[in-house]
Amino acid sequence: MRQIDVKEIIPVIRKLCIDANYYIGEDVIKKIKEFYEKEESETGKEVLSILLENYELSAKEKMPICQDTGVAVVFIELGQDVHLVGGDFVEAINEGVRQGYKDGYLRKSMVDDPIIERKNTKDNTPALIYTDIVPGDKIKITVAPKGGGSENMSEVKMMKAADGIEGVVDFVVDRISRSGGNPCPPVVVGIGLGGDFEQSALLAKKSLLRSLDQKNPDPKWAKVEEEILEKINNLGIGPQGLGGRTTALGVFILSKPCHIASMPVAVNVQCHAARHKSAVI
Amino acid sequence: MPKTKYLQTPLKEDELAQLQIGDKVFITGIIYTGRDAAHKRLVELLEKNEELPFDIKGQVIYYVGPAPAPPGKPIGSAGPTTSYRMDPYAPALLDAGLKAMIGKGPRSQLVIDSMVKNKAVYFAAIGGAAVVVAESIKEAKVIAYEDLGTEAIRELRVENFPCIVANDIYGKDIYQEGVEKYKR
Repeated sequence: MRQIDVKEIIPVIRKLCIDANYYIGEDVIKKIKEFYEKEESETGKEVLSILLENYELSAKEKMPICQDTGVAVVFIELGQDVHLVGGDFVEAINEGVRQGYKDGYLRKSMVDDPIIERKNTKDNTPALIYTDIVPGDKIKITVAPKGGGSENMSEVKMMKAADGIEGVVDFVVDRISRSGGNPCPPVVVGIGLGGDFEQSALLAKKSLLRSLDQKNPDPKWAKVEEEILEKINNLGIGPQGLGGRTTALGVFILSKPCHIASMPVAVNVQCHAARHKSAVI
Repeated sequence: MPKTKYLQTPLKEDELAQLQIGDKVFITGIIYTGRDAAHKRLVELLEKNEELPFDIKGQVIYYVGPAPAPPGKPIGSAGPTTSYRMDPYAPALLDAGLKAMIGKGPRSQLVIDSMVKNKAVYFAAIGGAAVVVAESIKEAKVIAYEDLGTEAIRELRVENFPCIVANDIYGKDIYQEGVEKYKR
């Protein structure tokens, strides 16, 4: 059993919030450069080059890549041999978010209730926290700020087994087609298959944590990902929806077992600023 | 062929008439910010025949909720937000004299029709290129609805604010034509 004071988590979360918003992953830069070479639209090429310039500037100026610095989505892998002491774990995470969004000059984008008052909570809390208990005595923390524009284009559909993989592919491609320029293409498409209604959505979001350099370890799903990516990039939507070949940079699938009667499919759309940073305590 | 144009605000009708979808535009002068919550309030004022917090005739509204300004900067990162959420409000503002909107993503047919009727245009700024855009903003001050925080209405002084003509005054739409061109 390893004791960890929850106060140790606060500065870690603070830094992850800031770093995720200032510094885009190398995988995104590499992928956009790759697509730039293949882009047929002059406007599309121009947009991609401005995105690359922006990633460079944000890191240099220490300013957020996008003004929508997102809701703070926090994934925790908590080792089962860790004993948390010194206070409330969830409150420590929220305090880290509070400090990161204040000290990093990040935008506060949370409203207290979704419909009636919609008053800004002014410190970007509460964070959206998803915890998995795993073997070991460490805590892995991932902060993945999620913007509203792309999140709004996401969808869960309870499909039938009879719809088959063709049905899934059609649903995902249609979802991206209907999104057009709204989610800031080129996008990354997270797909959650199976589980139940809410688990499919969480799988879709978690799938977005993969690096764009990595293939799906399961060749069966890697093939489906490639097929969907090709179909999406044939839609013509292009960078920012202004027309072109680069609509998605990658498609990620995570799957889980499900009920004999069900086939839940979730699509979580991520803008080109696929931001996530991790640390281990 | 798309051209590069430099525009000064307030915008002039003859200059707007020359813009075509796909043109690269650099805007200099004063523009105003507004997004969901501010639009709701502006349209409520128009419905009550009350005065708006700024003279909207010939003006530009930029759909943005900027990040806080870091020390030494007039504004934080300030890229566009998705425009369709302002579609329910845009026709009333265009009827009141608004000449251009800047945002990202396609507009509804109702808004496109209203742009034709009012000889107004819609510019696409690049979503996510928020630091590049912020560099063109030289001054920013809140002029209304301070209580809305990032959603308050700001007056921005911009120099060569970069954007692309997405809808011209003739009803053409880059989001339809561009996609048709590259669809396979």
